[in-house]
Amino acid sequence: MSEPAMMTGAQMLVECLKQEGVDLIFGYPGGAVLPIYDVLYDAGIEHVLTRHEQGAIHAAQGYARATGRVGVVLATSGPGATNLVTGITDAYMDSTPLVVLTGQVPTTMIGRDAFQEADVIGITMPITKHNYQVRNAADIPRIVREAFHIASTGRPGPVLIDIPKDVSTQTAPYVRQDSVSIRGYNPTTEPHPMGIERLAEAISRAKKPVLYVGGGIILAEASEYLVTFARQARIPVVSTLMGLGSFPQDDELFLGMLGMHGTYAANKAVFECDLLIACGVRFDDRVTGKLERFSPKSKKAHIDIDPAEIGKNVAVDIPIVGDVGRALQALIEKAPVPDSANWLQTVRQWVKDYPLEYKSEEGVLKPQQVIDLIQEATQGKAIVTTEVGQHQMWAAHFYKPAAPRSFITSGGLGTMGFGFPAAMGAQLARPNETVICIAGDASFQMNIQELQTVAERNIPVKVMIINNYYLGMVRQWQELFYEKRYSESAIGQPDFVKVAEAFGVKGMRATTPEEAKEAIQIALAHPGPVLVDFSVAEEENVFPMVPPGAGNDEMVGGRWED
Amino acid sequence: MRHTLSVLVNDQPGVLARIAGLFSRRGFNIESLTVGSSEEPGLSRMTITTTGDEATLEQVMKQLHKLVDVIKVQDITSDPMVARELLLVKVASNAQTRTEINGIIEPFRASVVDVGRTSLIIQVTGDRDKNDALIELLKPYGVKEIARTGITALVRGQVVRMK
Repeated sequence: MSEPAMMTGAQMLVECLKQEGVDLIFGYPGGAVLPIYDVLYDAGIEHVLTRHEQGAIHAAQGYARATGRVGVVLATSGPGATNLVTGITDAYMDSTPLVVLTGQVPTTMIGRDAFQEADVIGITMPITKHNYQVRNAADIPRIVREAFHIASTGRPGPVLIDIPKDVSTQTAPYVRQDSVSIRGYNPTTEPHPMGIERLAEAISRAKKPVLYVGGGIILAEASEYLVTFARQARIPVVSTLMGLGSFPQDDELFLGMLGMHGTYAANKAVFECDLLIACGVRFDDRVTGKLERFSPKSKKAHIDIDPAEIGKNVAVDIPIVGDVGRALQALIEKAPVPDSANWLQTVRQWVKDYPLEYKSEEGVLKPQQVIDLIQEATQGKAIVTTEVGQHQMWAAHFYKPAAPRSFITSGGLGTMGFGFPAAMGAQLARPNETVICIAGDASFQMNIQELQTVAERNIPVKVMIINNYYLGMVRQWQELFYEKRYSESAIGQPDFVKVAEAFGVKGMRATTPEEAKEAIQIALAHPGPVLVDFSVAEEENVFPMVPPGAGNDEMVGGRWED
Repeated sequence: MRHTLSVLVNDQPGVLARIAGLFSRRGFNIESLTVGSSEEPGLSRMTITTTGDEATLEQVMKQLHKLVDVIKVQDITSDPMVARELLLVKVASNAQTRTEINGIIEPFRASVVDVGRTSLIIQVTGDRDKNDALIELLKPYGVKEIARTGITALVRGQVVRMK
């Protein structure tokens, strides 16, 4: 056998990334990662230079969410790494597969408060699935292989590798690592037949079953199985925010999103059902509302690949640990059929009687209307990312993604500033698709500097700012729960059209429904990036709403209140 | 309720921080935690005593198991086990009380490991209750300092097999 080639740590790292099939990474250089950037200079891996590390990691998230592949981000030590913290947390909360590479001061300086030193391992321990600090260059192939494996299998998540500068320059024999074996990491993918059997029986006996589906369906690529199973068993489906796109929204079985801003039909069905089948969800408080009032009449089944999610927030009668796609396949084979004809009729009536709606006003552009127009223009076939706030909920209500991985939003952490860079990442991952970022005027300002990145690389994302001149959701809460005392929620803003133009991006403004319709057409037809500033009614609220701390049966702000 | 967990972990820097961090972040209580090398090179055994109801315990175990550096988690509370802690207690004493204290500690199989002019250090191993009882008996003399290791434990008899 020939001697293994000698390489520097940086060379090994890049070699390992190539081995993992990485052809695109997002990042920002700095002192501690210069050896890595030097190797990247002619390595044949595309690197997207963002204008802030937060932009880089959200872009990597967008890339991962749009494709299912592992997103990769590279930042320097200290401030570079700490600027990633929000994105890492966001990826952790929403189970997004990422490998995060950070530079570190040389091993001899660690612990001495050196220039640009931060304890990134300590900082990111609670927000990563796992993290590593490389102490010897020779360990890089094993660590990178493990990191990609851990990030992408089981319940996906972010894995961080911290690389001291001297490890990047240290030379060692490079031994390619193909297999991976981690003793403490063996996710259970195959659901236990007993659990499937019990669930199939419960379904056969059920009169009012509901499927409650979430982001896990999308992560597991299980959308087709979900659709087949729901139709076969004739069980109505409610979705979380993260699950949108996993089930066709025009299907008669679909009742909409549940939870704080869920539809009447979805929340009512979950409240009244006798069997709740939770698939790839985590019973988040924005979904359950007050726990004592969450689906009080039902027997509960929970399918999840992460055993720790089962029973974490809500007691479960039928726990099934495993891949949700495999579990649904097994259920399809068992083909249980509940006696639910009456129930289907009831829930369909709720859908009919209590639709999501808004009042149009002559000459006034309603925020919901903008989303409606986007839906109309794209037929749900675009990839939509959102920022966080009212516009996010309106997008969830009125945009109907035609496929999984086409509604990308920050669910768990609710990160303002997520949507625009995520749109960049999604667009780079899927260059032939239309990618639209539905933004709020405040959220967009949080990573507005990435306009430069999209302009420079001509990344043709369409930013649609639903501009109500407020931190809209904050204002809504202040209106409803703080006696309209709008403390610091009226946010000032630049002239977005001029800002766009200053960065070299096409900018437009629309203030009426007619202008909005036209602007959307122009934006979608334009080959490059576009920003449209939609000036909408300021004090519009997201309804229905379950007030914080209330039960999901205690919704406010809808037709049923009149 | 108090639970005793036996946790087998990779012997690596930062593992203790991962485990302690998990407990604090999720609001779980650590009553005591001991760690030392195990029968297998590269692995350490932690004995963690924690309090909480059954649901909390289940979450503690599941969350611990999610850590990549955790190889095995066992709740050995209701297993027949040997659980011991080491207690050192410095108690005030003089020529008059020294013999008396000796008489008290003898049934506990404790021993005097240091004698000063005005104090003694007593060493004892045993389960927590026994050690508590000894401290109670020594209190009237004036307990100056206490150091306890926390429980370390193994299940009796059966060989614990690892994956």
